[in-house]
Amino acid sequence: MKFELNKFHSTNEIMISNENKNLARWAMDFALKNGCQAVKVNLYAGSNSSFEMRNAKMDRLQQASENGMTIALYVDGRYGTYSTNRLDKTELQSFIKNGIDSTRYLAKDEAQTLPDPSRYYKGGKPDLQLLDPNFSNINPDNKVQMARNAGEEAMGKDARIISVESSYRDGENFEYKLFSNGFEGETGNSWFSISASVSMKGEGDARPSSYWYESALMLNDLVKEGIGEKALERTIKKLGQKKIKSGKYTMVVDPLNSSRLVSPMINALYGSQLQQKNSFLLNKIGQQIGNEKFTLRDEPHLIGAMGARYFDHEGVATQPRTIFDKGVLKTYFIDTYIANKMDIEPTIADPSILILEPGNKDLQGLIADVHTGILVTGFNGGNSNSSTGDFSFGIEGFLIENGQATQPVNEMNVTGNFLGLWSSLAEVGNDPRLNSSWRIPSLVFDDVDFSGI
Amino acid sequence: MDRRNFIRTGSLALAGSIVAPTFASPFGGSSEKTAVSEAMKHFGVTENDLQKVIAAALEKGGDYVDLFFEHTFSNYVGLRDREVNRCNSNIDFGMGVRVISGDQTGYAYVEEITLSEMLKAAHTAARIASGSKKTNPVALTEKPVKTNFYTVSTPWENLLLKDKMPYLQRLNDRIFDADKRVQKVTASLTDDTSHILFCNSEGVTFYDYRPMATLSAVCIMEENGKIENNYASRAYRKGADFLTNDLVDIVAREAVENTAKLFQAVKPKGGEMPVVMGAGGSGILLHEAIGHAFEADFNRKNISIFSDQLHKKICNENISVVDDATVPFNRGSVNIDDEGNYGQKTYIVRNGVLNSYLHDRISAKHYGVAPTGNGRRESFRNVPIPRMRITYMESGNMNESDIIASVKKGIYVNQFTNGQVQIGAGDFTFFVKSGYLIEDGKLTQPIKDINIIGNGPKALADITMVGNNLELDNGTWTCGKDGQGCPVSQGMPSALVSKLTVGGES
Repeated sequence: MKFELNKFHSTNEIMISNENKNLARWAMDFALKNGCQAVKVNLYAGSNSSFEMRNAKMDRLQQASENGMTIALYVDGRYGTYSTNRLDKTELQSFIKNGIDSTRYLAKDEAQTLPDPSRYYKGGKPDLQLLDPNFSNINPDNKVQMARNAGEEAMGKDARIISVESSYRDGENFEYKLFSNGFEGETGNSWFSISASVSMKGEGDARPSSYWYESALMLNDLVKEGIGEKALERTIKKLGQKKIKSGKYTMVVDPLNSSRLVSPMINALYGSQLQQKNSFLLNKIGQQIGNEKFTLRDEPHLIGAMGARYFDHEGVATQPRTIFDKGVLKTYFIDTYIANKMDIEPTIADPSILILEPGNKDLQGLIADVHTGILVTGFNGGNSNSSTGDFSFGIEGFLIENGQATQPVNEMNVTGNFLGLWSSLAEVGNDPRLNSSWRIPSLVFDDVDFSGI
Repeated sequence: MDRRNFIRTGSLALAGSIVAPTFASPFGGSSEKTAVSEAMKHFGVTENDLQKVIAAALEKGGDYVDLFFEHTFSNYVGLRDREVNRCNSNIDFGMGVRVISGDQTGYAYVEEITLSEMLKAAHTAARIASGSKKTNPVALTEKPVKTNFYTVSTPWENLLLKDKMPYLQRLNDRIFDADKRVQKVTASLTDDTSHILFCNSEGVTFYDYRPMATLSAVCIMEENGKIENNYASRAYRKGADFLTNDLVDIVAREAVENTAKLFQAVKPKGGEMPVVMGAGGSGILLHEAIGHAFEADFNRKNISIFSDQLHKKICNENISVVDDATVPFNRGSVNIDDEGNYGQKTYIVRNGVLNSYLHDRISAKHYGVAPTGNGRRESFRNVPIPRMRITYMESGNMNESDIIASVKKGIYVNQFTNGQVQIGAGDFTFFVKSGYLIEDGKLTQPIKDINIIGNGPKALADITMVGNNLELDNGTWTCGKDGQGCPVSQGMPSALVSKLTVGGES
């Protein structure tokens, strides 16, 4: 087998040990020598720590690191995957050999192939800056202090407070890929987060709670102040929630929750769903799905942004692409398997950073334009039908009257169909959370069915 | 640890088994060796090692420590486009050290079980306490599994991949044969087997062998250009005798019936209305509306809506709700929990009175009560926390038909996909995949895809009729909490909730 490697790193540091990289290469060679025609080896390694406080006192600390290997075997037109966290050559030998034997029992699936090497990321792009170079030098006492500060911001500020929980968490993740038709790639990123949640005495026995969190890829970029304060403010605001009358309302969804309405649209675009005829967006390329305010793009190459990457899990080079252009569906997510299976052109396995084209008002500005509506500040359960696009979710939030959020509401459902919903998109905010790989701003939809009293 | 020794003690390197499993049947078969001593050998540790790790974990003055060793071997085999053409196997191996100081917890885990790695984890977890203490080691005494709720006669590793494949093929064929409208079937069979070894600073040690198997099918049908999908699944803590043609046929029939029903189904008009919960899967109401809020960690922290309700009457005196770990071969059964307490049947609500919270070690100590065996963890990577097992309501005395006949206008629901709850506010929801309208006491038009929302204490108080037909739902239910997934199941007799808010069109 011809063996050419495209070597590159998306980060400045190499955090998968050379010993383990050599093990990956050995495993690939071993599998090829023992009957595989092609092999994918994935190694992962990571570490994480968390410090959870209750009423600004330490409640739980956890710390760990781990690593493991997944090996995908292509044997005589058949395909199986095998993973283990025991990276020992002697054990891996029988693990791989038995994997090959097992795979041989399966029915053939000739659509299972490695991507065409021309589609691989070839390197040469600037570092994505996803990894904090100081990750391992952070003093644990500082981590504890950050968690404590978040809690102390809320504690004692209101007599109705029952409990304040706060936390600091961080982690590093690394992946190394080695594919037998010439792909070698390594990625890594760090992440940091601080969160707080506040429980308060409500009406009767109820103890309503709310939360806030901040997260970032670099500790210096992490917002460390105001988290407990915001959690408290959000809890106080929701006190006195009640159910209101069923009916059609204008729905405003805040940027903490708007992704929930985008996610089923993305799921409906995956090749695996389309090939199984299990998508309400089947055969809809080029059609008007949402209205002209709905433009959604995948922007994988934003430096320093959560979710940025130069290649997908298949090693295929990512590129910016438009998914919905003024409401018209432009692309599906077609990986190598589905492209082979359906005999269509592959695109990319999945999106990296989703950007819903923002409008020019923030949440307050959007609410100000609504005469009667419901501001959704939390979804509570619910689901949708992947074949039909029907959805029904529990919600909480606020009644909007004459441009003001007034009565807190809860225990209501919002029900509809995603095709109708996105056609009724009335406004888009300018306020996506930039610490998420899905940058979805506040959204406003007309005439949505809410059920309450 | 000597890795070669590990392989020798555990390996059944059958050529063509799905991968070489580095472990065999349940330990404890021979009379001269205890299960624990065999398990220690399997994990390559000695009692002396364990004592050293426990001592290191207590070095800062912690009150208690436990060590949890896990070796899990998981297999998946899948069918898509009419052929069994995919498989995955996974080996997970490691141990966790937990230190408790007061009600604070320190936790660390390692994947390489050597004395030096374990000591490193122990030093990390020890930091939850901040003093110093010298402790005398307590000799370990084996706590035997009293009653095995999941005896395995044929371990999964005795089967080759090719032995499993015909069942998936049969499942596919049965579904296609049942209905001409079937377009696509995806089906999967999974089996997991875990060796669990546990010991703590009080000298308790146990070994448990935990099997789990699931069979599921997703069915896609097309009728006059309309497409619908639905699924069916079964899960049990069983070895390879899980696999029978009867089980396959049940899953096939249910997948087809569940899907076919959807073509006639509509969305109801939304709003408040009476809801008859059909027997079986409706246990999701108990799980979400009250089960989570009874987990003692939330009550210990005073953040559950039921925090002040213990021993108070909270619903009709004919209602008793249990959380049970002792149903043979059930997905939620627990021989011994992940803190060394026997699985048991716990009455949460007895004759309408809130009888007991669901405890882990920390909360049982906090409340000064005996543990209830609810301390469970997803894996060695996680701390144990109070979790449900099999949550169900005991049968009442009404016929389901009489319950339905009592409703003038409402809905009947009996298939669910997911649920959720806010512990403090008490608002819970569950998603109804299918059910029926009730009009003038009769089931009429099928309904589908609606969410139901209610408030826990109110919903419980609003249960006015309970059927005599308790059924457990043996689907593949997994409960999520604090980022940990945990296998559970649930059950319910048919029951009437006089008022819940149903999603729908206005």
